[in-house]
Amino acid sequence: MSTETMKKVYSIPESLRNRPHHYCPGCGHGIVLSIVGELVDELGVRDRAVGIAPVGCSVFLYEYYDFDCVQAAHGRAPAVATGLKRANPDLFVISYQGDGDLAAIGTAEIIHAANRSENFSTIFINNAIYGMTGGQMAPTTLLGQKSQTTPYGRNPNTDGFPVRVCELLNSLEGPYYLERVCVATPQDRVKAKKAIKKAFTYQLEGKGFSLVEVLSQCPTNWGMSVLDSVKWVKEVMAQTFPLGVFRDKGQQK
Amino acid sequence: MPKVTIREERCKACGLCIHYCPKGVLGPSEKFNAKGYHPTEVKHPEKCIGCTICAQVCPDQVFEVYR
Ligand SMILES: Cc1ncc(C[n+]2csc(CCOP(=O)(O)OP(=O)(O)O)c2C)c(N)n1
Ligand code: SF4
Ligand code: SF4
Ligand code: SF4
Repeated sequence: MSTETMKKVYSIPESLRNRPHHYCPGCGHGIVLSIVGELVDELGVRDRAVGIAPVGCSVFLYEYYDFDCVQAAHGRAPAVATGLKRANPDLFVISYQGDGDLAAIGTAEIIHAANRSENFSTIFINNAIYGMTGGQMAPTTLLGQKSQTTPYGRNPNTDGFPVRVCELLNSLEGPYYLERVCVATPQDRVKAKKAIKKAFTYQLEGKGFSLVEVLSQCPTNWGMSVLDSVKWVKEVMAQTFPLGVFRDKGQQK
Repeated sequence: MPKVTIREERCKACGLCIHYCPKGVLGPSEKFNAKGYHPTEVKHPEKCIGCTICAQVCPDQVFEVYR
């Protein structure tokens, strides 16, 4: 049957450009890309949206989003987001960062932006590794996890412990909303979209700082098949990084 | 009858759609796309229920779904 007489129940988001991206097969970044595109469409904010691309595998986000973008220096997306939003509060600011970007070189920026409760939305992709540069240890690498720089597994005596960003930011009074999700299964993907939608809506309501941490498969640098990598997110990674809502001031009475 | 369209040139053969489709509609094609992958194709169109799960789990924006 021709599709002309049928109802489209899933469309490619209009807020994404019609060109392929360079993420590896099965990469969680690609799934979150669709979620952001869908939500910018659904919320009707494309004309005032500004995406901030970090340094990392998502550095080319400005080639994928079909709305305005800025590419920030490594770890400095929260500072760029702060400037954009303060200079023009009508902008809808989506700051996007990996775990090397946010939790290593950019630790200071994210903590202070959260502490000031700057009114923008952060999507934090935690894949427990430096993806773009070939799989070095990140602050979020699990204990015992092998990487290019921890070939025998992460050892807490020499390499420290995994940094839990939601828990860390939850010790501050500033953040309005903090949740950790994943995109390993279709059900998880629904929850992840709901969380990112909440963060976006809070920004539109002027509530302040929101961050959604996404546990995101990196099959390439984990040295796993795609199906093993989504299983690992659920069965192993989520033990160190429990999923759930850490802060939601919108739900407090 | 529900149906999906596939932008096969974008497919990277990660297998997530094939794995998560609840009705076993999808499978790898024998041919190659320009990227060198065996793109996903519809093997059993009559079984599709238009649930959109394939479109949601695909990291490469390959699917549109009609009902
Ligand atoms: C100032 C500076 N230092 C180091 C680098 C090298 N570098 C590029 S990407 C990256 C880490 C990215 O890891 P992550 O933020 O986890 O993102 P992913 O690639 O895993 O998505 C580093 C250290 C750089 N580009 N700029
Ligand atoms: S290296 Fe990992 S994070 Fe980067 S695109 Fe490939 S799978 Fe995704
Ligand atoms: S819409 Fe649902 S049933 Fe149809 S191919 Fe996609 S996942 Fe399978
Ligand atoms: S999920 Fe997308 S990229 Fe992966 S095999 Fe299916 S169509 Fe191809």
